[in-house]
Amino acid sequence: MTGYSEKVMEHFHNPRNVGIIDQPDGVGKVGNAVCGDIMELYLKVAKEVIVDAKFRTFGCGAAIATSSMVTELIKGKTVAEARRISNQAVAEALGGLPPIKMHCSVLAEEALKKALDDYQNSKG
Amino acid sequence: MERGYLDHAATTPVAPAVLEAMLPYFGQIYGNPGSAHSWGGEARRAVEEARGSIAAFLGAAINEIVFTSGGTESNNTVIKGIAESNKARGNHIITSAIEHHAILNPCHTLERKGFEVTYIPVNNDWLVSPKDVEAAITAKTILISIMHANNEIGVIEPLAKIGAIARQHGIPFHTDAVQTFGHIPVNVADIEVDLLSASAHKLYGPKGVGLLYIHQGIKISPLLEGGEQEAKRRSSTLNVSGIIGFAKATELAADTMKTEPERISALRDKLIDGLLGKIKDTHLNGTRSSRLPNNINISFGGVEGEALLLSLDAQGIACSTGSACTSAKLETSHVLKALAIPHHLGNSSLRFSLGKATNDKDIERVLAVLPGVVDRLRTISPFYQPAERED
Ligand code: FES
Repeated sequence: MTGYSEKVMEHFHNPRNVGIIDQPDGVGKVGNAVCGDIMELYLKVAKEVIVDAKFRTFGCGAAIATSSMVTELIKGKTVAEARRISNQAVAEALGGLPPIKMHCSVLAEEALKKALDDYQNSKG
Repeated sequence: MERGYLDHAATTPVAPAVLEAMLPYFGQIYGNPGSAHSWGGEARRAVEEARGSIAAFLGAAINEIVFTSGGTESNNTVIKGIAESNKARGNHIITSAIEHHAILNPCHTLERKGFEVTYIPVNNDWLVSPKDVEAAITAKTILISIMHANNEIGVIEPLAKIGAIARQHGIPFHTDAVQTFGHIPVNVADIEVDLLSASAHKLYGPKGVGLLYIHQGIKISPLLEGGEQEAKRRSSTLNVSGIIGFAKATELAADTMKTEPERISALRDKLIDGLLGKIKDTHLNGTRSSRLPNNINISFGGVEGEALLLSLDAQGIACSTGSACTSAKLETSHVLKALAIPHHLGNSSLRFSLGKATNDKDIERVLAVLPGVVDRLRTISPFYQPAERED
């Protein structure tokens, strides 16, 4: 029906880094303008390196899988490196997404941008 | 892995007896019913016998049944055909907000051509009020079309009352009976309809064949023009094997309808009670009292429908959802949106539709599997704080 890749299904069934971080260094909460779904991303940053990332998502299989994948991709990266991760990169890392589901990966990218902004703003 | 198909409102498997009845009409009795020779005659007699038995089942006259390619074609024919043939009389159509897209989209097309359409809203149980229908009637109303039972929520609409109102005002009344034909009694005299759509594949018949009942004297332009089959009401060579299969499926349904609704509704109630009891923040959509025997539609607070559907599919359970994420337009089902339910509930619905093969074990399996699935997705959901989750 949805034509998801095996990798998407694997991340959907076993999402990594689910949850929230107490006293996070950055938080990004976004809603998907297209279907109305919601994602929250929490970051822990030490010396400009993302040491931990967690998420919670209300959304479809692709939304959950991209949320999971984005946390995997940013862990261990510097804030500057994480900024360069696009929704396409997340989708590619999952072996692609059906065209109609690309907007779900935008949710992950936006949550990431917002969390990084939040980190940099609160740092002052 | 054990598998359980609980999506019979989408489609049903062809019954073995139906397939068997159809088989001779591919290679042996292959004549065109429109041909004058004896090959044509054989096929024609078979089609007319099928037409007769379906007409009897509906309480209709034999010449009031037109075979089509399915529910969508029947519905399109009604909306466009009545509009075309009655445009001198008026340009106003009354329907409901929760019709199938095969009604709504042709209505939208007519609106673009200058017709006016009133979409009657539904009450808290997704029921159309006959009073609202009556209030919407104007001097220009040429058609009232209200579905018999809704395909998503399974509620059965008060057709007899609406039919009586339509008769009083002399307005043709159509019903989309795709979800009810062969499942609960449908008699065109009882519900006072002038036009009715049905489809074979919802009652263990083949896909690609349906019917349109047209009451004597109703003027309706054809959608398809050509060889003037079906008394000019629907041109196209008849789908002989499909029609034979449809008639066989109807014959079987007439029999199973005596016992099946009771058996199925007991399973339905068990599933509803079990899910509402086992999982908190679950909400049954639609009334229990005026509901198809095989329909369950429940919203699971805080979890999205496609994620639920995929999780169940992975465990061998098939159902469907009204969530925006599975629709091609990425919009929450218009049926769920017809009531102002919160977004996270509208996108959180699952529909289970039971069938002949469904038994107690299937229900038990859903009750065993679904609580864990919902709980897992709630751990991922921002709508649930860890403390609110069930353990
Ligand atoms: S989050 Fe709604 S379609 Fe993916």
